[in-house]
Amino acid sequence: MDNAIATHPHEHAEHHEHVALPQHRHHFETEQQQREAGSFGMWLFLLTEIMFFGGMFFAYLLYRNWYNPAFVAASNQLNVKEGAINTVILIASGFFMALGVWAAEVRKQKLLVIFLVLTTIFGFAFLGVKADEYHEKYEKHHIPGASFDIREFVNPPIDAKTGQPDQKPMSPDMAQKTQLFFFLYFAMTGMHAFHMILGLGILFWLIWRANRGEFSAGYVAPIENFGLYWHFVDIVWLFLFPLLYLINRHPLK
Amino acid sequence: MSATTHHTIVNLPDQSTAELPKRNYLNNEHGLLSWLLTGDHKRIGILYLISITFFFFLGGAFAGLIRLELLTPQPDLVASDTYNKFFTMHGLIMIFLFLVPSVPATIGNFLIPIMIGAKDLAFPKINLLSWYLYLGGALFTLIALVQGGVDTGWTFTTPLSTHYLNTHVITAATGVFIVGFSSIFTGLNFIVTIHRMRAPGMTWFRMPLFVWSNYAASILMVLGTPVLAITIVLVALERTLGIGVFDPTKGGDPLLFQHLFWFYSHPAVYIMILPGMGVISEVISTFSRKRVFGYTAVAFSSVAIALFGFFVWAHHMFIMGVSNYSALVFSLLTMLVAVPSAIKVFNWAFTLQKGSITFETPMLYAFAFIGLFTIGGLTGVFLGSLGMDIHLTETYFIVAHFHYVMVGGMLMAFLAGIHFWWPKMTGRMYPESVSKLSAVVSFIGFNLTFMPQFILGYLGMPRRYHAYPAEYQVLNVLSTAGATVLGVGFLMPLIYLAWSLKYGAIAGNNPWQATGLEWQIQSPPLTENFIEVPIVDHEAYDYEWLEHKTANEVTTVG
Repeated sequence: MDNAIATHPHEHAEHHEHVALPQHRHHFETEQQQREAGSFGMWLFLLTEIMFFGGMFFAYLLYRNWYNPAFVAASNQLNVKEGAINTVILIASGFFMALGVWAAEVRKQKLLVIFLVLTTIFGFAFLGVKADEYHEKYEKHHIPGASFDIREFVNPPIDAKTGQPDQKPMSPDMAQKTQLFFFLYFAMTGMHAFHMILGLGILFWLIWRANRGEFSAGYVAPIENFGLYWHFVDIVWLFLFPLLYLINRHPLK
Repeated sequence: MSATTHHTIVNLPDQSTAELPKRNYLNNEHGLLSWLLTGDHKRIGILYLISITFFFFLGGAFAGLIRLELLTPQPDLVASDTYNKFFTMHGLIMIFLFLVPSVPATIGNFLIPIMIGAKDLAFPKINLLSWYLYLGGALFTLIALVQGGVDTGWTFTTPLSTHYLNTHVITAATGVFIVGFSSIFTGLNFIVTIHRMRAPGMTWFRMPLFVWSNYAASILMVLGTPVLAITIVLVALERTLGIGVFDPTKGGDPLLFQHLFWFYSHPAVYIMILPGMGVISEVISTFSRKRVFGYTAVAFSSVAIALFGFFVWAHHMFIMGVSNYSALVFSLLTMLVAVPSAIKVFNWAFTLQKGSITFETPMLYAFAFIGLFTIGGLTGVFLGSLGMDIHLTETYFIVAHFHYVMVGGMLMAFLAGIHFWWPKMTGRMYPESVSKLSAVVSFIGFNLTFMPQFILGYLGMPRRYHAYPAEYQVLNVLSTAGATVLGVGFLMPLIYLAWSLKYGAIAGNNPWQATGLEWQIQSPPLTENFIEVPIVDHEAYDYEWLEHKTANEVTTVG
């Protein structure tokens, strides 16, 4: 590391005012510059992530317009309760992440570790619920591919109370398009879950470093930038949940 | 002092006394690992230069094989699917492994921090990572090649790529996916560096135009490439799992693929050309000893190209059944991109006017660029107009058009830049007369290769076929002959530039008497670029400032 002199910041305060943190890198003039560059870089990276997800949102928009009945019917098969629980879990995780950033800024080492651990626990809880939902799709033959089954959409089960089908039967042709919905569902939530798994990996690393006190002396950039990433992943879910789960649940039904 | 009283043009230091600086970025550390683990933007630029040169000649070899097959009307050199693999590999290698990283990752990497007075790019480790990602992507492309190639064309068009081909589509697509991230990281690094790392006094409108054009290209890399990435993921999923998103039998739309693909790949041509335009601005100004005419207009035209570039993609799809109204709008928008491009060309021409022009090699390449790019750009307007496009699309006219822009434009700009900054990168001059010869040979060879293809395309010869009617043979023979000349023109720099590393004359700090910050430091530069942070108090291309600076400079020898 380029920090040989940085461990004695006060001795050099007159000449090297800006070399106060061991994490300060040579090619930046000031810590301020380093911190700003880091967070600006992170925002740009999130912009690329938006464009990455944007490709799938674009596909969703197109096919939802073309095959609206199929998308509505398929959406009704999603587990709204679990989706809603997951939304709450993820917001809680994001909340603890935000508290973690605060804890780092006020240099409270123990608090930071606790908040990061809570963030991680809620992250895993989200993935657990998601796994349960995927399993349900597997059991209902809703995974696109050879085992995909459209019978449910062509001949909806009869509701015992009313004696009517619980939703309007579709032509086999349109019912086939539910497969597209489920593909987009798996692609989008899968890509989202993939981002969460990456994030959880990074969280373990950050917890380890936070536990060593690396972020309790004024150097908070990694926590801040990871916080941005984690909130981004939250926000993607906040778009996915209504688009995938709640299509047909509006008052004008 | 008037701007016309320049007497010394090329100011080589006295050869008997000049020597290379004792310490510089090349000899600061030794050993292979010091290169492979470096964070120095200059060394990473050199690593990129070596890698893209290798892939340029590999891609060029495929071009040679294509031209050889087309020498005769009969399909006599290779089978038709082999021919398909040739042009696919040519396209993949040239676009993703050469053109996209060509100027930004080599010259840009080397110079952008120096030009704005910074010690390095904002994220040196990410910069190194981007080179390794490039190598990883290149490795996958080579694996696809060794396993027997891929024949989708570089566009991975569905449903051809997803349903009908038995070649190594996934391997090649993985390569492109990975290289894409290398490009994203380069762009991200440039944007952050240009925003946050400028030296005191280096305002936006004091930056060299090379920085502006790379900035614009970086925006395109950061916004466009992720869309390519997700598109390629979808193609791979469609091919392996049959997800149906591009498959009409399952309700998917192949046109959606086209939209997503060209949403990246049209801006990608501006990723390729914009940094080249930046090189041309620097070279034209230096060898006319004049400030670039209409500096602000040229700077903003780069940004305008980047902006408009995102809204023209559907002009690749005029014959694919998009609605007439959208075709009309995209045609109009395509014409609009010609405006900022023309602004640049006119401003370069006005920069030349009444300048003290000399004809060093970079200037010859720059002149080649202006002429060839203008032809390429104007034929682009032909193709952007709906009626003409229906006649000309998928013919050799298209091939000639984009080779005029990409080879005649970008490659000439790349060579101009390499010659121009060679003294700065290596500390030594290239041999002037033989390099002038190579510039002329490339220019002649280029026109001989691609001018006949305009005519062939207009007459109706379709692209991507390895056989053609006998009446097209004369023009095809001319084109193949031209390709041979062009090949010689491109091999010459490889040889004499390598020669100059050891035997070239020692360049000194500022052989061209150019004004950029990079010319005010030693060549080759120190690892940390500047001994102290420069304070910028003059505009870009301020030759009077340079004259006063040199007049007051105390020259010490030894």
